Amino acid sequence: MEFELDSGNTAFILLAASLVLLMTPALAFFYGGMVRGKSVLNMMMMSFGALGIVSLIWVLYGYSATFGTDIGGFIGNPTDFFGLQGATDDQSLMAATGVPFLVAAGYQLTFAVITVALISGAIADRFKFGTWLVFAAVWVTVVYIPLAHMVWGGGLLGGGYFLDGALPLPIDFAGGTVVHINAGVAGLVLAVVTGKRRGFGREPMRPHNLPFVMLGAALLWFGWFGFNAGSEFAADATAGRAWLNTTVATAVAMLAWLGTEKVRDGHATSLGAASGVVAGLVAITPAAAAVDTWGAIAIGLVAGVLCALAVGLKYRFGYDDSLDVVGVHLVGGLVGTVLIGLFATNENATWYPEGAANGLFYGGGVGQLATQVVVALCAVVFSGLATLVIALVLKATIGLRATEEDEVTGLDLTTHGETAYESLGAGARVVTEVK
Amino acid sequence: MTKLVTAVIQPHRLDDVKSALEAAGVRGLTVSEASGYGRQRGHTEVYRGAEYTVDLVPKVKIDVLVADADTASVTEVIVRAAQTGKIGDGKVWVVPVEDVARVRTGEHGDDAL
Repeated sequence: MEFELDSGNTAFILLAASLVLLMTPALAFFYGGMVRGKSVLNMMMMSFGALGIVSLIWVLYGYSATFGTDIGGFIGNPTDFFGLQGATDDQSLMAATGVPFLVAAGYQLTFAVITVALISGAIADRFKFGTWLVFAAVWVTVVYIPLAHMVWGGGLLGGGYFLDGALPLPIDFAGGTVVHINAGVAGLVLAVVTGKRRGFGREPMRPHNLPFVMLGAALLWFGWFGFNAGSEFAADATAGRAWLNTTVATAVAMLAWLGTEKVRDGHATSLGAASGVVAGLVAITPAAAAVDTWGAIAIGLVAGVLCALAVGLKYRFGYDDSLDVVGVHLVGGLVGTVLIGLFATNENATWYPEGAANGLFYGGGVGQLATQVVVALCAVVFSGLATLVIALVLKATIGLRATEEDEVTGLDLTTHGETAYESLGAGARVVTEVK
Repeated sequence: MTKLVTAVIQPHRLDDVKSALEAAGVRGLTVSEASGYGRQRGHTEVYRGAEYTVDLVPKVKIDVLVADADTASVTEVIVRAAQTGKIGDGKVWVVPVEDVARVRTGEHGDDAL
């Protein structure tokens, strides 16, 4: 079929890509506000570092290895579109909706970037910045790209292969497994292999700037519309459904997190509101176009309560997932992915994957639920094992942790030669002339 | 003999204390930020379920140099202006000062106030 440009859809996807790209600097604010003032720049730099390294890898071979010709169900051919050369718009991932090749490739780039950046929250305040850049490059290559290929690029967990028709096809509208479960598991593994921050559980490590956290959450919510509505690849009713479900689930999750806090701690906090927002956004991501408004409300409610309770697990089990990548992204991602099996419905939907069934509560039986659980487990096992290997190799070679002295002094000064706030560099004077 | 009256008070009472001291004829004072605790022992904050006890509470410290004869009245003015009746209102104390010099003129003692 000859490619026919749809300027409306193309404009929409360019805008959606820009929104998703904004999510990574937004995440830098969200995470940056939650760490101590002596390492806020380092925290934000991990997101910016991911923006740099993953964008480059994506245009070189990442897109091609995700969406190129399938090799054994695991990965695409990295040479098909190496350097994004050699493709026509007929080969665009979004050819069916009239969006050119490069626009589709750019949109997918933003997903890879944010997924890597999400992991950094688990290793705040103690990870070597150089190792982080190497990790980002290796992880996106060995974990993100294969999993994205398996789910979205025609691989093992997608339509052609999945259990050979034994179960309904999985539903992951905008990245519950590829983005959130994947990043959440990787964060858990990396946090455990890296070890706890010095003083974890003894010294106060409270957020140094909650307005940053609120700002970051607000920008994430805004950018997430590009994530969820944009995943329709077209400006149509399904994109609208995804937009509305995203907002509804997020609003409910925020209220649910605040309610949980009020009952448990006596206060509804701003950090709780910001966290509830992100938990809701995560959970509705895979389901955004596959549930009705009641489904979105239910998913938001469950995600808000469960994620608010899950962030306490690290104290119980003694791992230092510093900024709760596990509690928010892994648990939120699992909630959304599994609840699709209960709430998915093709009634009044303008989009529904061929081969997927309705959820248990919408007359589809347990088939879709089984599928969603199997896919979630596959993502957990694959991401967990692959990340473990990468982390152990890096630990044995270039090392994961900053020195004790650097960690105690703060990574801003020791790694980047900067301090975020004037009070931290008090007494500074000029020692060089203008160069 | 000059005296140094030092008061540690609630930050939100500073404006009232300043006005009251001005009205009482005190011509100069020094204000600094301070933190500490008395009987109230701070407060508790909870972040994502992690509980922190904050011992040190923000306070404001006021230092006023006064002539011996005015000490009791200045102390009284501060106490009245700073008082809210709640726990954490602060303390006022007086210590003797051996000498005071005004930098601009070189005057000493009560003349330098």
